[in-house]
Formats: sequence, structure tokens, C-alpha cells
Amino acid sequence: MTEPSTGPRAEWPLYEVFVRGNRGLNHVHVGSLHAADDRMALLHARDVYTRRNEGVSIWVVRSSAITASSPDEKSPLFDPSGDKVYRHPTFYDIPDDVPHI
Amino acid sequence: MVATLADEADLQAGFEATIARHDRLEPRDWMPEGYRRTLVRQIAQHAHSEIIGMQPEGAWIGRAPSLRRKAVLLAKVQDEAGHGLYLYSATETLGVSRDELTEMLIDGRQKYSSIFNYPTLSYADVGTIGWLVDGAAICNQVPLCRTSFGPYGRAMIRVCKEESFHQRQGFELLMTMMRGTEEQQAMVQESVDRFWWPALMMFGPPDADSPNTAQSMAWGIKTHTNDELRQKFVDMTVPQAARLGVTLPDPDLRWNPERGHHDFGQPDWEEFARVVKGHGPCNAQRVAHRRQAWEDGAWVREAATAYAARQEESA
Repeated sequence: MTEPSTGPRAEWPLYEVFVRGNRGLNHVHVGSLHAADDRMALLHARDVYTRRNEGVSIWVVRSSAITASSPDEKSPLFDPSGDKVYRHPTFYDIPDDVPHI
Repeated sequence: MVATLADEADLQAGFEATIARHDRLEPRDWMPEGYRRTLVRQIAQHAHSEIIGMQPEGAWIGRAPSLRRKAVLLAKVQDEAGHGLYLYSATETLGVSRDELTEMLIDGRQKYSSIFNYPTLSYADVGTIGWLVDGAAICNQVPLCRTSFGPYGRAMIRVCKEESFHQRQGFELLMTMMRGTEEQQAMVQESVDRFWWPALMMFGPPDADSPNTAQSMAWGIKTHTNDELRQKFVDMTVPQAARLGVTLPDPDLRWNPERGHHDFGQPDWEEFARVVKGHGPCNAQRVAHRRQAWEDGAWVREAATAYAARQEESA
């Protein structure tokens, strides 16, 4: 953002957009857009992603600020939960005649 | 990081397994270069079509016959801009920048749908574009919601939700004109006569002349061939035309009870090739207009960048 108009033109930074569809729901990622600053990102998000009342609240965040797991470490990262079947309710045998469980 | 040959074979096997499961590829997954290149070409062409597609209809905003029609047309053209942005975002996840995409469009290195190189000569064309052009686009796009590349499928889902408004407003506009004077009815028929064949061309060349289709289907990018989609569109449209009270300009068009589909004639594929190569009625005008908008907007982009930089400094 230091050289706005000299040299190869700097593209506006990329933002990720999250929209809360209704009160009581999580914000959900809906897409991305370019904007010069946070305020513009919010306005663009309104125009691009909520033209039909799709949301009651919008979050925008610079894509560069997101830390993501890498597809390469898919196995090592998620393996620890793979063999812990006892975390699921179906792991436990309860007789059919026990009510409400 | 340089992958060894063995790694590459593993990655390729993983990619193929994902496709075979009808699972989706996501941007950071490994993918073969040909898959990436095909997607960039197809999604960018799709995005450019939405953006260039604003022009033929945009030309009628100032001349819409009522405030209601003007509001509808404005909303529709704004939707096309939105569709272009969803699709550009999907393309960018493949490692191409937005500016590069715009420059490839205005330098003629990437294409857009041939349909937008035809002029809109009467107000009835606004209705015909909604009915036939957006109708054809829907036939193309609904199966793409299940395409193998996640961001493209998600963009298509958003687009399809909005596209049905486009088609319905077009049909309603034409129905209104068909209830009008003889002159208005004639305008509708003349418009349909001009757009019918170009609309059929939107599905691309016949399967026999579409060498990339087999690979695109194997990769799960396309799920239907050009001819299958064209047939679907014709079958869908014929009863709508009858209801509207217009004829479709094809002497070979008739119901074939044995096939359970309509038989129909072939568009002029030489004309299609000419238009795709840049020699349609409006190619030069469309690209020049886009280039001018891009160049005229440069100071706005730069000013906003400078303002953001100053705000950041003073914060």
C-alpha cells in the first residue's frame, strides 16, 4: 500500500466476506472481493453479497490475515481425532429399555 | 519445493481419487496443470461474459418505457456485475490476479460468450435476452453447480439463484408486449427471430467438433455435452414460445415422438466461428467500451488506494 500509483499498479487487497443470514446463526463465508480499505470492503460486500436481504450482519477480513491449515498436513493435523471413537455417543452400548438416553 | 516424480504420481493419484468420489477440489489442493489451465480459461470466460453482458442491456436503461421497467433492468444489470465478481473471485483462487484477467479481456487474449456480440436493436430485445439468453445460460449453469472445483460450483449456486429472476422478467416483458398492439407483437417476433440461432450457439460447437469436452467431463468440470444441453434448451423453450404466441425461425423444428425430443436444425457454425474470432457485429465496440471503462476508472482506483494509505499512516 506504499506505492499506490507508480510502477506496476498495486491491486486493492483481497478481503474474505462472512455473512450472518439471520439472528441466531453463525457468520458463514460467502466469498471474497477487492477493496482499498476496510470500510470500502464492507460497502462492496453489501452490494455484491446481500442484494436480496441475504444477511443481517457482515464481517470482512483481509485474506492475508487468515491463518489456514495446509492441505499437505491434512493427515497429521486431523489424525489425532480419527481413532477416538469413544468421543461419539454411538460408542456406548445402552440397553433399549432405558428411556430418554 | 520441488516434488519428485514419485511424489507427483502420488499427488496425481490423490487428485484422481477425489474426482472419482465426485468430491470437490479446493484451491490449495494439488491439481494437474491442465486441470488448472482449463478451469482458468472456462471460469474467466464465464466471468468476462457476465461483465460484457451488461452492455447490450445496459444500453436500454435510459430508454426503459416506465419506472418499473427501469428499476427491473437496473437490478438485472447490477446482478450481472455481481455474477462477474463471484466468478472472478473463483478464478483468482487458481492463482491469477484480477488485473491480469481484466487485461486479458481487453487485450483479446481471453474470450467471452459470442452472444454478447449481437446488438440490441429494440426494447423487445431486453425481454428476449432474459427469456432466451438467460434461459440458455440457466441450462448451462445448473449442472455446473456440481462441477468438481469447489469455488466455481459455489459461485454457480449463487448465480443460478439470481438467474431465475432474469428469465422470468424477460418472459413477463414479452408477454406484456404480446398483449399490446400489432406493432409491439411484431417487435417481439422480430427480436426472437434474431436471437434464436445465436442463443443455440451459446452451448458451443456440436460434440463432434468439441475436442475438449471429453477431458472436461473426465475431470468433472462439465457434466453434460454441448449437444445434450442444447437439446434440453430446445425442449424447454418450444412450449414457452407457443404460450407466448411467437414462432421459432427453424423450418426443421418438430416433435419427434420416437426420440421423445424435438428435432431441430443446426445454427450457422461458420457465423459462430467468425463471431468467436472477433468479427461479429459488436465485438470491437464491446471490448472498446470495457477498455474505456477500465481506463477511465483508473484515477478512482488510485485515489482510493492513496486515501487508504493516508488513513493507515494517520491511524
